[in-house]
Amino acid sequence: MTKTLTHLARLEAEAIHIMREVVAEADKPVMLYSVGKDSAVMLHLARKAFYPSPPPFPLLHVDTTWKFQAMYALREKAARDAGMELLVHQNPEALARGINPFDHGSLHTDMWKTEGLKQALDEYGFDVAFGGARRDEEKSRAKERIFSFRTATHIWDPKNQRPELWSLYNARKAKAESIRVFPISNWTELDIWQYIHLENIEIVPLYFSAPRPTVTRDGMLLMVDDERFPLKDGEVPVERSIRFRTLGCYPLTGAVESMASTLPEVIQEMLLTTTSERQGRAIDHDQAASMEKKKQEGYF
Amino acid sequence: MSDASPHNGIYKTDKLIASDIDAYLNIHQHKSLLRFITCGSVDDGKSTLIGRLLYDSKMIFEDQLATLESDSKRMGTQGQEIDFALLVDGLAAEREQGITIDVAYRFFATEKRKFIVADCPGHEQYTRNMVTGASTADLAVILIDARKGVLVQTRRHSYLAQLLGIKNIVLAVNKMDLIAYDQAKYDAIVAEYTAFANSIGISDFTAMPISGFKGDNITERSVHMPWYSGPSLIAHLETVALDNDADQAKPLRMPVQWVNRPNLDFRGFSGQIATGIVRPGDAIRVLPSGKTSTITKIVTLDGELSEAVAGQSVTLCFADEIDCSRGDVIAAADSPPEVSDQFESTIVWMADEALVPGRAYWLKLGTQTVSATVQSPKYTINVNNMEHMAAKTLELNAIGVAEILTDKAIVFEPYANNHVLGGYILIDKITNATVAAGMLHFSLRRAQNVHWQATDVGREAHAALKNQKPKILWFTGLSGSGKSTIANEVEKTLNLLNRHTFLLDGDNIRHGLNKDLGFTETDRIENIRRVGEVAKLMADAGLIVLTAFISPFRAERDMVRAMMPEGEFVEIFVDTPIEIAEARDVKGLYKKARAGQLKNFTGIDSPYEPPENPDIRVNTVEMSPVEAAEHIVRQLMPLK
Repeated sequence: MTKTLTHLARLEAEAIHIMREVVAEADKPVMLYSVGKDSAVMLHLARKAFYPSPPPFPLLHVDTTWKFQAMYALREKAARDAGMELLVHQNPEALARGINPFDHGSLHTDMWKTEGLKQALDEYGFDVAFGGARRDEEKSRAKERIFSFRTATHIWDPKNQRPELWSLYNARKAKAESIRVFPISNWTELDIWQYIHLENIEIVPLYFSAPRPTVTRDGMLLMVDDERFPLKDGEVPVERSIRFRTLGCYPLTGAVESMASTLPEVIQEMLLTTTSERQGRAIDHDQAASMEKKKQEGYF
Repeated sequence: MSDASPHNGIYKTDKLIASDIDAYLNIHQHKSLLRFITCGSVDDGKSTLIGRLLYDSKMIFEDQLATLESDSKRMGTQGQEIDFALLVDGLAAEREQGITIDVAYRFFATEKRKFIVADCPGHEQYTRNMVTGASTADLAVILIDARKGVLVQTRRHSYLAQLLGIKNIVLAVNKMDLIAYDQAKYDAIVAEYTAFANSIGISDFTAMPISGFKGDNITERSVHMPWYSGPSLIAHLETVALDNDADQAKPLRMPVQWVNRPNLDFRGFSGQIATGIVRPGDAIRVLPSGKTSTITKIVTLDGELSEAVAGQSVTLCFADEIDCSRGDVIAAADSPPEVSDQFESTIVWMADEALVPGRAYWLKLGTQTVSATVQSPKYTINVNNMEHMAAKTLELNAIGVAEILTDKAIVFEPYANNHVLGGYILIDKITNATVAAGMLHFSLRRAQNVHWQATDVGREAHAALKNQKPKILWFTGLSGSGKSTIANEVEKTLNLLNRHTFLLDGDNIRHGLNKDLGFTETDRIENIRRVGEVAKLMADAGLIVLTAFISPFRAERDMVRAMMPEGEFVEIFVDTPIEIAEARDVKGLYKKARAGQLKNFTGIDSPYEPPENPDIRVNTVEMSPVEAAEHIVRQLMPLK
C-alpha cells in the first residue's frame, strides 16, 4: 500500500532537508530575501522546516532603494508573520553617490546588489546564505551546485566546486570562506507557481494583473512606480492592464500586458506564453554568458 | 497520440491549459517525479537527445528557440537544421571548447510525470561526474551509437550505473536513422550488450532503437521501425517503478538532522525518512544507543500527520525522554540497522591528490560525521574491462575496494539495501574538499564479533615473572645515524642486567613480516604500524622491546605511542646530521640515492620529521655508540 509522493511533495521534502542540514552545520546562516515569488516560497519552506520553532536565522534584504513600493510593503509583513528578524542592507556608497538605474546602467546592479551583498555578508559575518536561485532559470545555472562555495573574497570558481552525491552536503569550510545554498535548485517556474497556489502563499500583488501607469522604453514596458521615474518632455504615463513575471528594481523590470488576475490565470498565461522568464530582466541581455560572469564576480 | 508532433509536443493536456486551467493544475499537481541520468559521449548524441526531450515537452520558449536557431547556424553541427545539443550546453568556457565538463540538471514534464535529468558528459572527469549524477537517479539511459555498437565506454557507463545501484537501465540504441533502421544490426547490438550486462550482474534492462535527432521512438512509436514492439522512451520513463515507492516497504529509518526544541514543552526530532513508514503509536529504537520509545505524533506546519513515508521531511515526537540527537537514527524497534566501525567498501576517488591509506578523513554518512581511515585498497577496478588490479592507493577517478575504519561506531546498512545509510563521502580534513564517495557493503564484524580474548595470565603477570617493567625503546633517526648499532649496545647492556629484551631491526623486519612493503609514504606508514603492533604484543609478553627504524613521520611514531600505556613508549632520537650520516654511508645507500638509483630515500627525496620532544636524545657526533648506549641505559634506570 504505497503512497507515491507527488513531485511537489518530494521537492518540498528535499528543500526542507537542505535547510535543516545548513542549520545543523553552519555557524551563522542567513536567508536572502528579495520579496519575489521565489523568496516567498523559500520563506514558506523555512517555516515548514523548523516548525514549531521559528526559522533559526534572520532574513536579509539587499536593498537597492529602487524596488517596487508594493514589495517594501510585503517585506515587513512577511518577516513579521514568520516571526523572523529582517535585516535590510543598502550599500552606503551607492546611497551616497545616488546610484540609480536611469543614469548608471550596469553599475547600478553591480554596486547595489553585487557589492551590497558582499558588504552585508561580511558585516554580519554570515557564513552560509540561502538563495532562491533555480537551475531552470538560465543555462549556466543548470550546473550550479546546491551548496556553492565562495572564497574569502566571495569569488565563485566554477572549477573548484565540490561534487554533490546522494543527499550528502559537505558544509565544511575554512574561516572567512562562505557558502551560498540553493534549496529550490530543482524547482521549475511552474513548480513555484503551483506550490504558491497549493499552499496559498502570499505574494506581491504586482504578479497579478491590474491597471497600472506605464511607459515604454527600449521595447520594455515599465511601470511608473514613484515620482523618481524621469519622464521625457510631454510624456504621460499610460494606464495599461499589466502584471510582472519577475520582480526586481522597477526601472529594470519589464511588465507584460495581461488580464490574468488570479493565480490559475497567471499560471495559464505562463504556460501558454512563448518567452522565457528572465526575458523580462534587462540584466541578462548583454551577452549570452552574462549571468555566468556576474556569478563569478559574486552576484547571486 | 495522433495529434502529437514535434511542435505541439506530447502534452495531451496542452489543450487543458487553455480550456480548463484548474483541471490542468490538478493533473500536474499529482504527477510523480523520476530522476534519471543519461550516459554517453558527445558522439552518441546525448545532448541532442536531451535537447529533443526538452523541445518535445515544450520546455523551450520562443526566445530560446530563436537563440537556438541562430546558434545552430553559427556553430551547430547539423547544417541548417536545429542543433538540439546547443540547448543543453552551459558554461561559456565549455561552449567555446565545444565540450561540457560537469553534471548539469534539466527539467521537463509529461502528463504523467515530472523528470529531472542529470546530464554527465564524457572526458577525463567522467567517472566522477557520472557517479555524482547517478547517485540520485532512479534510472539510467545508456546511449549507444548504432553505427558503433557496444564500446568500451558503454561498458564503463553500465558498470558505474550498476555500481551506484541504479535498478532501471535503458539501452538506447541511437542514430537508427543512420543505419537505415536496420533491425538485424539492432538485434546484434542488443545481443552483444546482453552478454556483457549479464557478466557484470545487470539481470534486467530495457533496450530500444531510437533517433534523438529525428525523434524516432522518443515520444511515440516510430513509423520507421514497425518491427519494434516495445514502448517509446517517454512511455517507458512515464511508467517505470520509482525507487521512492520501493523504499516504503523497508523498515523505518530516519537519520536525525536537528533536534527541534522551541520551548521546554516540546522536543521533536527532525529528519527526512530514508525508508519505511512511520505512524503514531509505532515502537521505535534510537541507534546507536538502542534505547526504545513510542512515536506520539508526527508534527508538521500543516498539522499532525497520521502517517509519513520514505522521502518525507518530518518532525517526530517520542513518548519517553530518551537521548536522541543529530547523527542518531530512528528505526523500527524490531528491525534496527547495524552498528559497526569496520567495513568493506567500494570507494570512488574524486580528488587530484591521491588517497593516503591510514590517513584520517572525515566521513559523512546520513547525518553522521566521524573520523575514518581507509586501508590500502584490496584492488582497484578497471572500469573499461572490469578487471581487478593491485593498487597501493586510489588516484583521481579510480574505483577500489578497501576496508574502512571509523573512530567510533556508526549506524549503517549495506548500500544495496539503503542508499542513505550506505552511501558516504570522504572529506579532506585540511582542505575541506570532498575527496571521495563510497558505498558500504558489509561490516567486517570484527568490531562486534572479535572480542578481546581475556587470558588468565595478563601482561602484569608476564612482567612480574620477569621482574621488569615492559617498555618500547623506539630508536628513530636517519639512515646511517647509528640506530641499529646503538640499539644493539643497549640490548647487550640490558642483558647483562638480566633484563628480558628483544630487538626489532628495520632491515630484518623487511626481510620477513614486511617484505610486501616498499618505501612509498603509504608503505612506510603501514611498516611502522605493523612494527608498532608487534612491539606492543611483545611488551604485553613482558619484554623490553628495542626498535631500530628510520620511522620518518611524527604522526606514525605518535600512533605507536598512543597504543601503549603511559610511560611505556620511550622515543630515542639518534641525532646525526645528514652530512655525517651521508659521509659514513655504511651501506652505500646515500651514494645510490644521490645517483637516482634509490627512490623515496629519507633525507634525500623523502622527508624526515625529527622528534620535537624526544624522551632521550643522543648526539652521535659527540658520543661513540657505546657512550650513547650507556647514556640511554642511565636514563632508563631503574628498570622495574
